[in-house]
Amino acid sequence: MEKKLPTIEIVEKYCKGCHICVEFCPTKVLEMKGFVVAVKNLEACIKCMQCELRCPDFAIKVTP
Amino acid sequence: MAFDYDKYIRPGKLPHIWCPGCGHGIVMKGLIRAMDSLNLKKEDTCIVSGIGCASRLPGYIDCCTLHTAHGRAAAFATGVKMAKPEMNVILCGGDGDGTAIGGNHFIHACRRNINMTYIIMNNYIYGMTGGQFSPCTPTGAKASTTPYGNPDPGFDIAKLAIGAGATFVARGTAYHAAQIDKLIAEAIQHKGFSVVEILDDCPTTYGRRNKYRSVIDMMNRLKEVAVPVKAAEKMTAEQLEGKVLTGVLHKVEKPEYTEEYAKVIQRAQAAK
Repeated sequence: MEKKLPTIEIVEKYCKGCHICVEFCPTKVLEMKGFVVAVKNLEACIKCMQCELRCPDFAIKVTP
Repeated sequence: MAFDYDKYIRPGKLPHIWCPGCGHGIVMKGLIRAMDSLNLKKEDTCIVSGIGCASRLPGYIDCCTLHTAHGRAAAFATGVKMAKPEMNVILCGGDGDGTAIGGNHFIHACRRNINMTYIIMNNYIYGMTGGQFSPCTPTGAKASTTPYGNPDPGFDIAKLAIGAGATFVARGTAYHAAQIDKLIAEAIQHKGFSVVEILDDCPTTYGRRNKYRSVIDMMNRLKEVAVPVKAAEKMTAEQLEGKVLTGVLHKVEKPEYTEEYAKVIQRAQAAK
């Protein structure tokens, strides 16, 4: 059965590039692209929602 | 399922003014989740704040809000609660706003045991005004007004609140983000004055003066110093040196002020 990938929506207008989501992601799905965060490796996402929970800027929305 | 924060946010207000990595945004998310879990109606909830970084919070939340004078959140909120006792009144502010300029209002609101919830975001410094030391700045820490280290010992807000008579006192940290909404929800449900202290980070004015290289360093410090109350029971005094207890620290039942005041009104009307 094919694994259903989550969608990670990043609101670039809100992101201030604090690195919290990048550092606290246990599987290193996210990376910094300039001053804002971007999705690097969506296949590795385990849907733990840590990035959405910890983002202080309301910039990440994960739909598992 | 992703939590929909947008329904509680005033349209067009984001992005907020807080610096990159500031924990106030994490606390605001916790407050929104707590409001949602208790199904608080927007028209029955009033968020009151004073002045400061943390006190900008009500401006972003779509419910009844009041942004008042520096340190006077508790005084204005008491007025709101006395006029409309059925309203859910939530106060928020920083450590400087709550314990220095508003210190008197804070302890007397605790003493009265009026049914409100005070969320104090303790980031150890006055952030908005330029990094002056606050009553919560730890001894030896550097601030713009203590460049050679702070000689004063810091306040323990939770002990201050317990001593002043608050009936519910809890403490969380911005690192333990999933716990914040549970503490705030329990505090809102408690009948009486409840204080929730959230240890926070200020990377801009506290972190860079005190050798924290990044936001992550500050978050990890919160992780290291926090000890849950239950775990602390099994630890020795030496192990608890320099640690901060988190969780629900104090919970008692006492007569609530608006109800007691209603009895005073009844007595006065009966005496006519």
